[in-house]
Amino acid sequence: MLQGTLIYGFINSVMLLLVALGFNLTFGISGVANFAFGALYITAGFLAWIGLNTLGLPYWLAGCAAVLITAVLAGLLYRFVVLRVRGLVVSEVIATFGVGLAILELFRFLGFIGFEYTLPEMLDLEVSLGGVIVDGQRLTILLVGAGLTLFLWLFTRHTRTGRAFRAIAQDEHTALTLGINTERVATVSVAFGAAYAAVAALVILPLGTIAVNEGYHVLVNALAVCIVGGLGSTLGVIVASFMIGFAQTFTATYLDTSWMMVVSLLAILVILLVRPSGLFGSQKQLEERI
Amino acid sequence: MTEPAPQPPRDEIILAVEGLSKRFGGVTAVDDVSFNVKQGELLGVIGPNGSGKTTLVNLITGFLQPSTGRVSLKGQDITGGPPYRTAELGLARTFQMVKPFYQLPAFKNVVVALFSPRVKRLAGGAYGDRDAVAKDLLEEVGFERDSWVINKQASVLPHGYLKRLELARCLALRPEVLVLDELFSGLSLAEVASLVPVIEKLMVQGMTIIMVEHRLKELFRIADRVLVLNFGQKIAEGVPAEVMAQPKVRGAYLGSESED
Amino acid sequence: MAAQDTSKQVTRRRERLDRGIKVRSEDIYALNSWREALYLLAPRALPVVALVLLQLLAPEYWQRVLISTTVFALLAISWDLAASSGMVCLGQALFFGVGAYLAGIMNHYLGLPPGLTLPLATLGGGVICTVLLLPVLRLRGIYFAMFTLILPLMIERIIEATKVFGGTEGLSGLTPFAHPLWESFLTMAALWVALFGLRRIMASDYGLVLKGINDNDRAVMSAALNIYRYKAQALFLAAATGAFAGAFMTHSYRFVGMPVFALDYSILPIASAAVGGLGTLAGPALGAFILVPLSEMLRGLGGLRIVIYAVLLVVFTVGLPEGVFHYLRRKYTQFERWTEVGK
Ligand SMILES: Nc1ncnc2c1ncn2[C@@H]1O[C@H](COP(=O)(O)OP(=O)(O)O)[C@@H](O)[C@H]1O
Ligand SMILES: [Mg+2]
Repeated sequence: MLQGTLIYGFINSVMLLLVALGFNLTFGISGVANFAFGALYITAGFLAWIGLNTLGLPYWLAGCAAVLITAVLAGLLYRFVVLRVRGLVVSEVIATFGVGLAILELFRFLGFIGFEYTLPEMLDLEVSLGGVIVDGQRLTILLVGAGLTLFLWLFTRHTRTGRAFRAIAQDEHTALTLGINTERVATVSVAFGAAYAAVAALVILPLGTIAVNEGYHVLVNALAVCIVGGLGSTLGVIVASFMIGFAQTFTATYLDTSWMMVVSLLAILVILLVRPSGLFGSQKQLEERI
Repeated sequence: MTEPAPQPPRDEIILAVEGLSKRFGGVTAVDDVSFNVKQGELLGVIGPNGSGKTTLVNLITGFLQPSTGRVSLKGQDITGGPPYRTAELGLARTFQMVKPFYQLPAFKNVVVALFSPRVKRLAGGAYGDRDAVAKDLLEEVGFERDSWVINKQASVLPHGYLKRLELARCLALRPEVLVLDELFSGLSLAEVASLVPVIEKLMVQGMTIIMVEHRLKELFRIADRVLVLNFGQKIAEGVPAEVMAQPKVRGAYLGSESED
Repeated sequence: MAAQDTSKQVTRRRERLDRGIKVRSEDIYALNSWREALYLLAPRALPVVALVLLQLLAPEYWQRVLISTTVFALLAISWDLAASSGMVCLGQALFFGVGAYLAGIMNHYLGLPPGLTLPLATLGGGVICTVLLLPVLRLRGIYFAMFTLILPLMIERIIEATKVFGGTEGLSGLTPFAHPLWESFLTMAALWVALFGLRRIMASDYGLVLKGINDNDRAVMSAALNIYRYKAQALFLAAATGAFAGAFMTHSYRFVGMPVFALDYSILPIASAAVGGLGTLAGPALGAFILVPLSEMLRGLGGLRIVIYAVLLVVFTVGLPEGVFHYLRRKYTQFERWTEVGK
């Protein structure tokens, strides 16, 4: 029992991590809080579904196309919506939130509701981890979660774009003087965050149906993890995912699934009272917050 | 209405800074700085860009928590703020990066400060006509009375006026210690020349002033003492002429002549 | 007024001038005639009269719509008040829902009549929401917004989990208002009290401090003002306004349940503010009077309504940040004409 809870807690944490990484990445680099994040996540799911079922593409192709299109959509969102209100934080939030809402409710209106909207599992196998049976999809989640985290780490340290990301994250003005096109990097960062959301959607959604409401849940989960971990801090997001992930699974096992949200809320309240900048929020952000 | 608050006798230590340090991650922006400020004197704080002057101001006025060290005002511990309490006790500051209320007319910027409980307390509970007092204060720092600037939104005011606005907002509190963070930066020679008498008048009234400044020539004419920061450390303190004669100060400023 | 029209080659440009009344300061007008008094009074009195007439003359269905419009206008005012004080709230449903549940609980469990539950829920809702948000009062901008977005959604889940207050079923069979006209005039009275009262507060020196916090909270702190106290007070006023709206709806529908924490109640106030124009309280109220009846007319479109809202929200935020109210006010207080400019 305990072993199972631990393993499923771990998997749940990785799912949270997958969902939060993209949101946090975009915010950490360009300071854009992309409230259309949940909508992009669901969009990726439906795109893959359409590719598979309507167009009859092979799974891998439908998946890649979904990730690409989602990323491009996010880039366009930045160019045509966010850029026009850049710097006005309130307007940025409202505009991205509005776009997300429009996308999600449009899906609902178009009738994308029902049990037929599912993605097939990617790995058809079962393994036993310490006596606990774990299905192929959850295994995929673990692998992809580890892979994406590692990729992010390597990317920001060893590629030109990645280093530009980090330069901007530290100081936009200095980055400008170094000849970095901050506008373009910000666009890429939003697209990049959306691509992360899309990959997360592709590996997580096969566990259930592609439901519009899931878009709101994903946004709430991403925000919760980022608040607890400290916005913009990758390490913070990792730690917070595991804290909230395990806490949720333990409450689900020993209390009831419906209490999971209560746990996240409590975690947020406690963290905000003790450390307003989140666990690993950097000094610069604390400055923002006082 | 705008005369300064009653001042304690001169030469008494009004502000004491002991072993103040601030680390930002790896950078030590202020490193074990100690000094005292006496009632009624003007202490200049100088140092190259990035030497920690603004951080020091933020630490003293409670906008930042120091990593170590203590600040006390008239014997009262004010380390680490909060800023409104520090200001309530009579320590007012201007911002190097001006922070006006851009949406409000210039004189309403000062009215906000006049709304503070400190002003009410010093006025014996009566606020009076805040608009009129605000306009008086603005005139004191060099706004032309009844001109368009006084009623204009702060967002359209030229930089020189915004700097004066910063000063007026501080004076509204009738502070005992005034901390000016690079008040002269970005101003023309003529504008500086017109502000110097304003500060001299405050000195005559017995106001204690800490002046962070880059314009050494103007500063040295009015400063009683100066304190030099370099890489967050205090490298010299004393009468302006003597301090500037020290090789390490020249080194820090001119970048040549090596270490001590 | 500087039209130099002497030379031959003439170009023309639009000139924008203030109308006749000399405004000496915020509130001292030099009124010279009845016409000028009327000019100032009309924009305030007309909506009041129009709303009363509509409420009395409209068919019953539209009277109901008018009531819910007024309730949303109250929520929009509540949103704008908080936003003008530097607290952008993405979860107005929190205020609405807490007020709604308080009224429902007091009516259902304690048997209090609407005459008591409304004022108690208004005050209690204000206090509870303020206390709930106290930990995040130190946060600004998106940090505050993020927290307010998730709070009502989480409370919804908590009610579901703990099954308190009727759980997913909610509380039904609550006491209705004595007479439909009561309902109409109560909401209207609340709207005018909130609108004119809060506008007066925002125009005072106290309101100046709130606007200052929105503009630049560090400068307010440096002026020896405890911004957290002022923010908490503004939050209380906003929350109480929203809680009244919720409490009213509870009795109007004779039901309260989890949907009061739904996203709709958070989105509509923001959309109203975006359409009407931020920062004036009247603008968001006007926005609600545009959006809610519009959505009623679009009822046939079903789910597409929210999509249309969302799109309007984006279009107004990005393309027309001024909003309808500022536009109308500009047209009313200024006039434009072509002048000739000599070359
Ligand atoms: N909030 C902060 N976070 C990180 N580093 C900071 C922060 N504020 C200042 N610094 C660093 O501290 C040093 C001193 O800065 P500052 O006090 O602004 O210098 P000055 O005012 O003398 O030009 C600089 O190296 C600066 O980069
Ligand atoms: Mg500085």
